[in-house]
Amino acid sequence: MSATETEDTGTDHGHHPTAREYVQIAIVLAILTALEVSTYFFDFGRIAIPLLIILMAIKFVMVAGFFMHLRFDTKIYSRLLYTGLIFALVLYSITLAIFVFERAPSA
Amino acid sequence: MAADAHATTLGLDHRKLAMWTFLGSEFLFFGAFVATFLLYVTTTAGGPGVEIFDIPFTSISSFVLLMSSLTMVLAHNAHRQGDLRRMRLWILATAGQGAVFLGGQVFEFTVFVKEGLVLTRSPFASSFYVLTGFHGVHVFVGILLLLSLYSLSLTGKVKKDQDLKTEMIGLYWHFVDIIWVVIFTVVYLIPEIAVG
Amino acid sequence: MSSTTTPKLRPTKETGVLSWLATTDHKRIGILYFFTTLVFFFLGGVESGFIRLQLAQAEQSVISEDLYNQIFTMHGITMVFLVVMPLSAAFFNYLIPLMIGARDVAFPRLNAFSYWVYLFGGIFLYSSFFLGGAPAGSWVGYAPLHATEGMSMGFYAIGIQILGLSSLAAAVNFITTILNMRAPGMTFMRMPVFIWMALVTNFLLLFAIPVIAVALFMLQFDTLYGGQFFQPGSGGDPILYQHLFWLFGHPEVYIMILPAMGIVSEILPVGSRKPLFGYAAVVFAGAAIGFIGFGVWAHHMFTSAIGPVARSAFALSTMFIAVPTGIKVFNWVFTMWGGKIRFTTPMLFSVGFVSMFVIGGLSGVTHAIVPHNAQQHDTYYVVAHFHYVLFGGALFGLIAGIYFWFPKVTGKLMSEKLGKWHFWTWLLGFNLTFGPMHMSGLLGQPRRTAVLPGELGATVELYNLLSSLGVIVLTGSALVFLYNLITSIKRGEASGDDPWNARTLEWMTPSPTPSVNFYRIPTITHRDEFWHRKYAEDESGKPVSIPAGASDDHDSDGDDDHAEEHIHMPDPSLWPFVMCLAFFPIAYGMLYFNPWLFALGALWLVVGYFLWITEPLAEGDDDDPEDADDHAAVGAAAH
Repeated sequence: MSATETEDTGTDHGHHPTAREYVQIAIVLAILTALEVSTYFFDFGRIAIPLLIILMAIKFVMVAGFFMHLRFDTKIYSRLLYTGLIFALVLYSITLAIFVFERAPSA
Repeated sequence: MAADAHATTLGLDHRKLAMWTFLGSEFLFFGAFVATFLLYVTTTAGGPGVEIFDIPFTSISSFVLLMSSLTMVLAHNAHRQGDLRRMRLWILATAGQGAVFLGGQVFEFTVFVKEGLVLTRSPFASSFYVLTGFHGVHVFVGILLLLSLYSLSLTGKVKKDQDLKTEMIGLYWHFVDIIWVVIFTVVYLIPEIAVG
Repeated sequence: MSSTTTPKLRPTKETGVLSWLATTDHKRIGILYFFTTLVFFFLGGVESGFIRLQLAQAEQSVISEDLYNQIFTMHGITMVFLVVMPLSAAFFNYLIPLMIGARDVAFPRLNAFSYWVYLFGGIFLYSSFFLGGAPAGSWVGYAPLHATEGMSMGFYAIGIQILGLSSLAAAVNFITTILNMRAPGMTFMRMPVFIWMALVTNFLLLFAIPVIAVALFMLQFDTLYGGQFFQPGSGGDPILYQHLFWLFGHPEVYIMILPAMGIVSEILPVGSRKPLFGYAAVVFAGAAIGFIGFGVWAHHMFTSAIGPVARSAFALSTMFIAVPTGIKVFNWVFTMWGGKIRFTTPMLFSVGFVSMFVIGGLSGVTHAIVPHNAQQHDTYYVVAHFHYVLFGGALFGLIAGIYFWFPKVTGKLMSEKLGKWHFWTWLLGFNLTFGPMHMSGLLGQPRRTAVLPGELGATVELYNLLSSLGVIVLTGSALVFLYNLITSIKRGEASGDDPWNARTLEWMTPSPTPSVNFYRIPTITHRDEFWHRKYAEDESGKPVSIPAGASDDHDSDGDDDHAEEHIHMPDPSLWPFVMCLAFFPIAYGMLYFNPWLFALGALWLVVGYFLWITEPLAEGDDDDPEDADDHAAVGAAAH
C-alpha cells in the first residue's frame, strides 16, 4: 500500500460507462451464463469443469470491474477486495488440501 | 458529491473506503461456508445429495439476480445524472428482482424439504442450507437497503447530488451478486457434473 | 458545540449518565472501554482465584467439577475477548486519532456501536451463570463437546459471535481512520509504530473475525438446531471445527500481542531518550508477523488428524514466524542500548514486557517441534507458555500504556512509588504463578482437569502450591494498582502537558485532551514530529532545545487566537446505544429458538437503523458524512 502515499489518487473522475455500455456488458454476462448452464444439458467431457471455473472468473471480474467500477476507481479498492479474495482462496484451499492428504491411504 | 473527500489523506471518501474494506472481509465469511460445502458434498448420510438440485430452475433465479446488477448500475447511472425519478424506478426494479430471487430460494427449500433434505439430515444438508441461507440473508439486507434508499429519496433525505449513497448500496448489491456467481458454479453446476 | 436557538436535533448534555450513553467522542468511548475491561478483569481474576484454590492441593474439590469447567472456560473467554482485546481497543480509541493528528475516528457513531455491542455481548455471556450454567467447553469450544452441554454452548456460540461483530465494526472503522484521516504530511513511514501495529491488528481482525463467525454459526446450528456439521455419527468431521477455530485463533494471538508491541515501541524510545532503533524493521516485522500469522494455525492441531505433510509444513512456518518476532526484540534492546534510561513505571513495565515475552516466545518455538509438541500438548506447559505471552506479554505492555498515557487522559500523574510497588510485586507474582507450570506440565499435569491427580507426586504438588501462592501476590499487587488508579484520578499530582518529554503528536495538545483534540491540525514533517519541534541537532549531532512555540501550529501554549474558529465535532447520538439493545432479544431469541423474540430484535435493529440514518445533524446540514457506517453495521449485523 506504500504506493498510495500521494495526495488525491483520484476519486470519481475518469471514464464511466454509459447506460448503453452497461446493457452490452449485461448481454455478455447473459451469454456466459447460458454457456455455463449448457454444460448441464450437453456433455462437455473433461473440459466441463475447467470451462466452468474460467467462465465464473470472467463473470466475477466483469461484474467487479464494470458494475462496481473497480476498473475506473483507485487501485486501493481493488487491492482491498482481491486481498480478501486471495486470502480466502489460499487459506481454505490449504485447509481442504489437509483433509485430502489426511484421508488419502498412506503409501 | 463526497463533501469531505478533498480533506482526506488518500483523497477518497471514508464511506466508500470502509465499504470496500468490509467487502474484502466478506470473502473469508462465504469462503468458509463454500469450503465446508465442498468438504461435505458427498457426505449425505444416506439422504439426498446433489442430484436433488433443479439446475434449470436455479439457472433462472441466478439469471434474475445477475440482471438485477444491471438495473442497480442503471439506477446509479441515473442518479449520477441527477435523474431521481429514473433512479427510483431502477431501484424498485432491482429490489423486485431480489425479491424474485428470494422467493425462488424459498420455493427451492420447500421442495427440497418435501423430498427429504432437511437441515438435520446430513452434513451435506446442513452446509447447503446454511451457505445458501446466509446468502439469502445478505440479499434480504440488500433489499432493505434498497427500500430505505427509495423511501429516503422520496422524502428528500437523499438528494440529487448524493449519488454516492446509491453507489454504496450498489457496491453491496453487486458483491452479493458475485458471491452468487461463485455459488452457482461451485455449489450447483460443478458438483452436478463431478458427483451427480 | 453551539446549541443556540435551533430545536434539539441531537442530545446536547455534556455531563451525566445520558452524555455517556450518547457519546460519540473517541476519547470518551476509549474511557468507557477501559473501565469496562477493569470490571471484566476483576471477574476473570476471581475465576482464576477459584481455579488456583481448587488446584492448590492434590485430590481436593473445593468446587464441583462441573462448576470448575464453567469457571476455567469463562476465565479464558473473559481474559481473551473481554479484557485483552477491548483493552487494546481502548488504546486504539483514545490514541489513534490523537497520534495521526485527527479530531475523531472516521465513523464516530459506529465507534459507539462497537462499544455497546461489546458491553452487551459481555453481559449476555455472563448471564449464562444464572440461566442454567456457563459454557464449560474451554475457550476453544471444540465440537462435538456440546453434545452434552445443552444451552451453555449456545451462550458460547452466540456470545462470542456478538463480540466478534463489535471487533469487525471497529476494525473497519479504524482501518478507514488510519488510511484516510492522517494529518497533512504524515506519510505511512512517518506514522508512529503504535499506529502501524494498530493498522496490522485491525487487518488481522478484518480477515480473522469472519472465519470464527462461520465456525460459531455452525456450532450454533449444531448445538441448538440439530445441524450435522461436526457430528461424526452422520459423517461430519470435528476436525473441521478445529481448522476454522484456529484459522481465527492464531491470528487472534497476534491481535492480542501486536497492540502491546506497539505501545512498548512508543514507550522505550521515550524512556531511553533515543529514537526507536530500526523503525522500518520494526514496522515490517510487525506486518510480516500479521501476514505469517495466518499461515501457522495447524500447529495447534499437531496431535489431531492432519497428516504428516501438514505437520511438517506447519512446523516450518511456525519456526519461521519467530524471525520477525526476534527482529523486534533486538530492536527494542538496541533502542535502550546507550540511551539515557529513566526507569519510570511505564518503562519498567515495558522492560518487563520484553523479557517476559521472550520467555513466552521461546517456549512457543518449542511447540513448533512436532514430537516435542506431542509431549506438551494439553499439559500445563502450554498454559505456562500462553500466559507468558498474554500476561507477561500483552498485559504487561497494556499496563505500561496505562501508566504512560494516564497523564494524557487526566492531566495527572500516577504515583511512581505505588507504581514501582505494583511492578515488582506483579513481576514476582506472575513468575511465581506461571513459572512452575512449565515444570509441572512437563511432568505430565494435564490442563482443563478439575482435580489435580495425586499420582503425579509431591514435586508437581509443590509446583501447584507455588502457583496458588503466586495468585495471592498478584491479587495484592492488583489492589495496589487499583488504589493507585483511584487516588491518582482523585488527587494525583498535576502532570503538565508533556510529563515524559515524549515524541509523538498526542502530547502536542494540552493534557487532559480538549474535546477538539487539536485546535489547529499540525503539519507533519518528521517521524517523531513532536520531538523534532522541541529539539534540533547541533553540528556534533547533539539534540538542542528549541524555544517552545517556535512552530506556528503549536497548540499547547494557550495562544487562543483561533479558539473562536468554528470546529465541527461529531454530534452525540443515542441511537447506537438504543439500536444495540436489540442484540438482547436477538441473542436470547436465537438461544431459546423463539422466533417472536428474534423477530422483535430484528425489527428493533431495523427501526434503530432507520432512526440512525435519518438523524439530523445538530447544525441542520443533513448531508450525513457517516452514512457508510450504517451499511457496514447492517451488513455486519447480517452475520
